[in-house]
Amino acid sequence: MDDIKYNTSHQPEHSRTNYDDQLDYGTPASLSSKQVTLSIDDREISVPEGTSIMRASIMAGINVPKLCATDSLEPFGSCRLCVVEIEGRRGYPASCTTPVADGIKVHTQTAKLADIRRGTMELYISDHPLDCLTCATNGDCELQDMAGAVGLREVRYGYDGENHLKSVKDESNPYFSFDPSKCIVCSRCVRACEETQGTFALTISGRGFESKVAAGVTNFLDSECVSCGACVQACPTATLIEKTVIDHGVPEHSVTTTCAYCGVGCSFNAEMKGEEVIRMVPNKNGGANHGHSCVKGRFAWGYATHQDRITTPMIRKSIKDEWQSVSWEEAINYAASEIKRIEAKYGRDAMGGITSSRCTNEEVYVTQKLVRAVFGTNNVDTCARVCHSPTGYGLKQTIGESAGTQTFDSVMKSDVIMIIGANPTDGHPVFASQMKRRLREGAKLIIADPRAIDLVENSPHIRADYHLNLRPGTNVALISALAHVVVTEGLVKEDFVKERCEWDSFVLWRDFVAKPENSPEALADELGVDAKKIREAARLFATGGNAAIYYGLGVTEHSQGSTTVMGIANLAMATGNVGREGVGINPLRGQNNVQGSCDMGSMPHEYPGYRHVSDPAAKALFEAAWGRPLSDEPGLRIPNMLDLASEGRFKALYCVGEDIVQSDPNTQHVTHALENMECVIVQDLFLNETAMYAHVFFPGASFLEKSGTFTNAERRISPVRRVMAPKNNVGGQGYEDWEITAMLAQALGYKMDYQHASDIMDEIAALTPTFKGVSFAKLDQLGSIQWPCNDDYPTGTPTMHIDAFVRGKGKFFITKYVPTTERVNAKYPLILTTGRILSQYNVGAQTRRTKNIAWHHEDVVEIHPHDATERGIKDGDWIGITSRAGETVLRAQLTERVQAGVIYTTFHHPESGANVITTDNSDWATNCPEFKVTAVQVSRVNQLSDWQLHYKTFSEAQLAFAGRDAEAAKID
Amino acid sequence: MDIQRLITMANQIGDFYESYPDPAQAEQGIAEHINRFWALAMRQQIAQYVGQQAGVGLHVPVQKAIAAHLKI
Repeated sequence: MDDIKYNTSHQPEHSRTNYDDQLDYGTPASLSSKQVTLSIDDREISVPEGTSIMRASIMAGINVPKLCATDSLEPFGSCRLCVVEIEGRRGYPASCTTPVADGIKVHTQTAKLADIRRGTMELYISDHPLDCLTCATNGDCELQDMAGAVGLREVRYGYDGENHLKSVKDESNPYFSFDPSKCIVCSRCVRACEETQGTFALTISGRGFESKVAAGVTNFLDSECVSCGACVQACPTATLIEKTVIDHGVPEHSVTTTCAYCGVGCSFNAEMKGEEVIRMVPNKNGGANHGHSCVKGRFAWGYATHQDRITTPMIRKSIKDEWQSVSWEEAINYAASEIKRIEAKYGRDAMGGITSSRCTNEEVYVTQKLVRAVFGTNNVDTCARVCHSPTGYGLKQTIGESAGTQTFDSVMKSDVIMIIGANPTDGHPVFASQMKRRLREGAKLIIADPRAIDLVENSPHIRADYHLNLRPGTNVALISALAHVVVTEGLVKEDFVKERCEWDSFVLWRDFVAKPENSPEALADELGVDAKKIREAARLFATGGNAAIYYGLGVTEHSQGSTTVMGIANLAMATGNVGREGVGINPLRGQNNVQGSCDMGSMPHEYPGYRHVSDPAAKALFEAAWGRPLSDEPGLRIPNMLDLASEGRFKALYCVGEDIVQSDPNTQHVTHALENMECVIVQDLFLNETAMYAHVFFPGASFLEKSGTFTNAERRISPVRRVMAPKNNVGGQGYEDWEITAMLAQALGYKMDYQHASDIMDEIAALTPTFKGVSFAKLDQLGSIQWPCNDDYPTGTPTMHIDAFVRGKGKFFITKYVPTTERVNAKYPLILTTGRILSQYNVGAQTRRTKNIAWHHEDVVEIHPHDATERGIKDGDWIGITSRAGETVLRAQLTERVQAGVIYTTFHHPESGANVITTDNSDWATNCPEFKVTAVQVSRVNQLSDWQLHYKTFSEAQLAFAGRDAEAAKID
Repeated sequence: MDIQRLITMANQIGDFYESYPDPAQAEQGIAEHINRFWALAMRQQIAQYVGQQAGVGLHVPVQKAIAAHLKI
């Protein structure tokens, strides 16, 4: 069986004939193309070679009893319930670990097998509490089912013998309970932690009767456990179970929807009782996650019903006034009248809108439509401005489409994985698990990151072959050095380049990177990386087989973010690593709908489908469809809007789902700009930091309260489904967010005639070639669709650029390294760089309002012991961080994960003020802020910064204006 | 908008095209980028600055690009 490949998570199953996605087939599918025919209980069946007898039986409609087997995990053969008889063979082999063979005759139900199974169950039950009726998994327990299936009627041993019934529960994890008394030691949880999640936090400690599942040395919370829920998912009993199920009982119905967190876009089954979510269970058939999840998606959805939710519309004249709760009609009319007033007084160029990657495609679409068609300006932007706008620009220029080239599953065919400026185990944990699986299978790993992310050497059974720990801000130099090696050592795939790329552009690029000044040796000092290591990494990338590049905000959030993206594309094209599985250019999008919000035309220069506003055909198309004249001038980007607002020339902003005060750089510049505006409309779940500067507040609906779609980092459009009524119910009527936008349009004299979010998708499909074949009905049918989806590719396009690039020929760009102006000097001798942490999400507005706070209740600043000692800083000290933009105070954490000269923090808590210190430096092509490089000085301090003290006073006052007690508003 | 901000942005664009061997191509690249991504008011302001203040602070290719190719 060794040479046969198995599918435990990475291949779509829909294409399999007779595959029932609700069934557990016990063991993973074999990917062999050779068929084997056998007889099971007198039924003949042909299955792929390498299939287990258990799986073949279930495919034949015969349910073999099982406990330790589940089809997401490799077979283990420990429970002995699945034993079968095979004619001509001795004994009673376990069907999960025995592969099929041609012509064998298998019997799954004989008197002897029944006897063995009853005997086995009898032993299990002799050491198991008999509290089925009051057990939390009553009716949802595989042990209970199997006791019934094998016909267990008595336990002859009695219950007085030595047992585990008095074992103490581990309740340390905020979301699930571990009750060892109910454990049957099947190891499914241990194997799920290893195989599915790749964390190896669980083990079986002790031997024989003492064997028990153990998380670290104390409990789950203090262990290496990342609370992904894979163990809970795998547990066949009530041993590992969601506390919400203990509290509320087993759910009664289930709706498939899509997670509202990161760019992986996991599919979940929202398991419900009426309109109450009992648990979110990862969907085994989810195209992006294949039944896996992380602590955010699986557990951190309690924010949707948190007491901090604002559920009534509010208005006020000035941000110094108390908020006034009003009806929807009054709020909409007030907002519309303010917009009309400002248009009359300052002109339409003084108005604009901002959408968020937390919005659905449909919401983003109607918002940009409102701004373009009703406000009459292209001043609409989205939070991708501050994260992946360089990806959109760089990939459009080089390969012709502003999107990643692959599916997530593609990584299973990669031989070399290069991660640049991304931290998948924290930022994209479910995809990281898949990547780790491939790495454990032997793929090589190159990491370019100033900081030692977990994948460098802190993930079990994984060690980066090369960690290029470059100085922040030198990405382009590194890409040039890598390219120099590829070009000068004859590693270019010339056939590919000649056939697929613009040769002239290649020659220009080749001659540029071949210059001695781009050699690893010439750049080693600037990079702070050994030249030999760079050469070896480049050789591995170019010659190691299928090589894929995964990158994140560590690439884009720089003054040369777009240049690095183009450099990455150059490298992939030069080495022939585009256009098939296992390779490609893979931007790991931060938020769930970064890709979608960009696709939907929320950038000021382009309509949905990335068509420039000056393109006469696109303009004519949208003018005809929308019935309004449109501007052919690019609008303002977010930083342009803020700059003009500071000068009193930008006055009205409609901000949907985004929190620019916390997430954008140079906080004081942002708040000053907002203070200068006359009408700030915020549509959100909470009174977020931006809402504290707003004049109109439209309470939004959470992802559980509306229908729509999200598009993940692999261009996968997935359905978001309403499982409960919107909480913003005033006067008997609540609204989905697109409805609020439509009402505002109506009040401004423009009818948006949609009955349902699906109508909006129909309009998008009619106007956008890459979405032509997308509809809610097709999403229901297929589960998800990767665009382009059109007549040629009616079920979508998993891998792009297969025969030709979208732009025709791939184009190389010269990528000269231009050092950032944000350099260290005597006054600011350290570089601050920023990142994310697993348990928190973006500005934290959602995750801070969940029990995820148990893992990360404050942002800390990581500092190298050398830099700390020099300044007399000890672990846990308060330290002041000063940049040319501002100052804030955070607690220090001494660690060698960061290199000397670099400090690192996160921005999940508003009071941290991480963005008070980041500057307004930005990417040359897109104005994406240079979040990753800020020159700072740090010193020990005893009190908060002036900004933090002001923030505390200001935010408490603002909460009080909304009738909220600042203390009560803290996390419960 | 603060003219210094626009000068910085324009020079950054110029830096990207600096290594292009054909100066005419570089100038066109700079201007096309600004035309495609800058709002009209921003383009007008930088063009006016080049016209009236001789573009002090702008790199020479950027000045030339703005003077020759900017849509205003």
